[in-house]
Amino acid sequence: MANITEKLSKLFPQATIEGENTPVMTVPAAQWHDVARTLRDNVELKFDYLVTIVGMDWTENLGCIYYLMSTDADIIIGVKVLAEGERSMPVLPSVADLWNVAVTYEREVYDFFGIVFLNNPDMRRLFLNIDWKGFPLRKDYDEDPALNPVSTESERQTDFTDVYTRSDDGKIVKTPRRIFEKEEFVVNIGPQHPATHGVLRFRTAVDGETIKKIDVYCGYIHRGIEKLCETLTYPQTLHFMDRMDYFSAQNYHHALCMLYEKAAGIEISRRAQVIRVMMDELSRIASHCLFIGTYCMDLGATTMLFYTLRVREQILDIMEKTCGARMTFNYDCIGGVMQDLAPDFQDDVKALLKVLPANLKEYNDIFTGNVIARNRLEGVGHLTREDAISYGITGPSGRASGWACDMRKLQPYSIYPELDFEEVVMTEGDSMARFKCRMKEIEESAKILEQLVDNIPDGEYCVKVPKMLKLPAGSWFQVTEGCRGAFGIYLESDGSTKPYRLKLATPCLPQACVVDHITRGQKIADLITIGGSLDYIVPDIDR
Amino acid sequence: MQDFSLITSWIDNSLRSLMPGWLTVTVECLLIGVGLLLVYSLLALFYIYYERKLCAAFQCRLGPNRVGPFGLLQSFADMFKMLIKEIIHLDHIDRFLFGLAPYLVIAASVMAFAVLPWGNGLQVIDFNIGIFFLIAVSSIGVLGILLAGWSSNNKFTLIGSLRSGAQMVSYELSIGLSVLTMVCLAGTMSVGGIVAEQENLWFIFKGHIPAIIAFVIYMIAGTAETNRGPFDLPEAESELTAGYHTEYSGIHFGFFYLAEYLNLFVVSGVAALLFFGGWMPLHFPGWDAFNHIMDYIPSVVWFLGKAFVLSFIIIWFKWTFPRLRIDQLLALEWKYLLPINLVNLVLMVLIIVFNWHF
Repeated sequence: MANITEKLSKLFPQATIEGENTPVMTVPAAQWHDVARTLRDNVELKFDYLVTIVGMDWTENLGCIYYLMSTDADIIIGVKVLAEGERSMPVLPSVADLWNVAVTYEREVYDFFGIVFLNNPDMRRLFLNIDWKGFPLRKDYDEDPALNPVSTESERQTDFTDVYTRSDDGKIVKTPRRIFEKEEFVVNIGPQHPATHGVLRFRTAVDGETIKKIDVYCGYIHRGIEKLCETLTYPQTLHFMDRMDYFSAQNYHHALCMLYEKAAGIEISRRAQVIRVMMDELSRIASHCLFIGTYCMDLGATTMLFYTLRVREQILDIMEKTCGARMTFNYDCIGGVMQDLAPDFQDDVKALLKVLPANLKEYNDIFTGNVIARNRLEGVGHLTREDAISYGITGPSGRASGWACDMRKLQPYSIYPELDFEEVVMTEGDSMARFKCRMKEIEESAKILEQLVDNIPDGEYCVKVPKMLKLPAGSWFQVTEGCRGAFGIYLESDGSTKPYRLKLATPCLPQACVVDHITRGQKIADLITIGGSLDYIVPDIDR
Repeated sequence: MQDFSLITSWIDNSLRSLMPGWLTVTVECLLIGVGLLLVYSLLALFYIYYERKLCAAFQCRLGPNRVGPFGLLQSFADMFKMLIKEIIHLDHIDRFLFGLAPYLVIAASVMAFAVLPWGNGLQVIDFNIGIFFLIAVSSIGVLGILLAGWSSNNKFTLIGSLRSGAQMVSYELSIGLSVLTMVCLAGTMSVGGIVAEQENLWFIFKGHIPAIIAFVIYMIAGTAETNRGPFDLPEAESELTAGYHTEYSGIHFGFFYLAEYLNLFVVSGVAALLFFGGWMPLHFPGWDAFNHIMDYIPSVVWFLGKAFVLSFIIIWFKWTFPRLRIDQLLALEWKYLLPINLVNLVLMVLIIVFNWHF
């Protein structure tokens, strides 16, 4: 880590660098675009993956923290940039031309903080409707319901977006730009549609059966979790983790608990760590099983859903016995886990591991080798490794494109470094690879469970933690592996019992936004194939 | 073998002795119409039950088992629900065509239904172009689907109906050609004649290789023709919500639903007629005792049994395979099935000319 700090300070003498584990470099806004280009293109650094953009309001000024990762060296750094201009119109240069995913992330920051990104080709709100007043994550946001009443009319729609540029005399110019041409045949796929897996809308311009362009329209179930967290104490914020990607509930819980424990300097028992990892992997199997089932159902093979649900039911039964719930478990807590394992947990897991191989074989027999399935999936929705990185597609979808992005390996946490499992990486990058990747990951998760099921150490399952947890002032960033990809959490604390800012960087938002890129020129039916294979979960997009 | 023409001619004679000729014909037409509609709806209800039970078995479930013994009355309850549901009136649609479409679909399947050989002497009308008539009327259905999609004024239904148009027009070719192959073997287009030709041996055995090829193609094309999975693109629910009938409700939707099941029966019935002897029991030349025993099973049972077994195969397709994409679907027809079919027709003709069949 000292190495990277040295390199950065040599390259950017004007920047200040602080922080131990994740160095954060402060750069003036005017230089940011050049610095970003160097960070991405310099052969020694090669920060080619933009993990997330954290919008910040430090009351006296607004700004962003960009978290970047180098896929070669597996190093994460943060870059803090303060926005220029008045609070009414803060501006930052856009980096959308360097990292494709930045288009979406900058829209999110604009939506919540009102920071305008110059040269971003699509400067619209991302989640809130276009007539929303105010920017909710600013500290001085007026929450008066009279300002933004619940509308009884249809939301206003527009076919235009804005592009902000700086003219020669330094003024900011706003130019409207059309999203769809006037004569285009636009079909709304969603918000209520069986294949969007939730309330998500694809405005799809089609030419016959061929897709010309897709505009992703999200925010229908945005609950403002980040905003809500700022008003709740640390233990109270945990339950939201069950309500984003509800299939990775355990994994997300694990991630946030770990971050709080890191910040508070709490050591948890090994028993708790093993339990957490086992729950993570059980969730992963259940999640991938559901993916296989629903994906096949989207493609018309309904029967597969029932075969995969059998395994998922078995896992949910295991979870229910220990956690008392089948969906929103709320099991991990700061200091360990809520309750001890159910007495027959080990037997149940062993029973599951016994039936799993036969089930996987059955899935392969009925679907993977089927000629229709292969025709539908192979070569459809091809995503190159470069695009996967640039669009921030992590998880099994990214690994299917040849990008080894498993955060359990890259940013090892908990007891994962001790475990023997392989990272499934495929090179084809098509829908079939994404499908197979998940099939194989089930096997790897089973391998982890096999190693742990007989080695659950004795000890306390939860250490004593003060009821009113106070974290020291500072900021922390942590990336973990959910079931669908890298889940990043940024925490800034001002020393009180509530987080000053909690940013949740979920994997599904970039996955939904890449759909436009990989469906162009494909058929409508391929939209379902591709969207399904990316396996996004809408509550994870709309947090 | 029992002959239903004894009963039908008895009815005819006794009616004729009671009333003048024109009235007899009218009464008979009415009787047949009522009978057909009754059988039609009962069969549709049975098929709904049949598919739900089969599907449940494939999916490790039980299927309907609450209403009536073994859930047998479930489909009656469902139909009753469908009958009393509100028909939602939409604005901005072509009302006339919108209302006409379900009737066209149902009329096409009822007409095709009428020509099927139900049993020995149990056929509504047996004329010399029977099978030709059957193909002709069953293609009217696509018109209803196109109208439904167009008149609904909805983008999903429009795409669904266009897909359906492309699909059904293409697969009609395959159906026509495989039927033609078998007509060559039979030497007649009359439904009764085709059945009679199979008195000694069913065509699937008699025509061996080309007949089996024609049968496989017929089953594939027939599945596509009925818009069932894996060819259910016109109503691919994960892509187009419900395809061409998205906007229909109440009994109008029920008509589409019933027609779909009845088309399944018609397709299986025609397959039974062309390849498995219609109502003709299983006969092998020379096996007199065996043939005699087979004759004890009533002809209606033979026909329905064959149709149900063939439907089972089509239902099995649906619950196993994923759906094709539109370009793959059309490529399958035009690049594979059609050329194979044409070659197969030539092969069949050669076999007939050189008398190589059994």
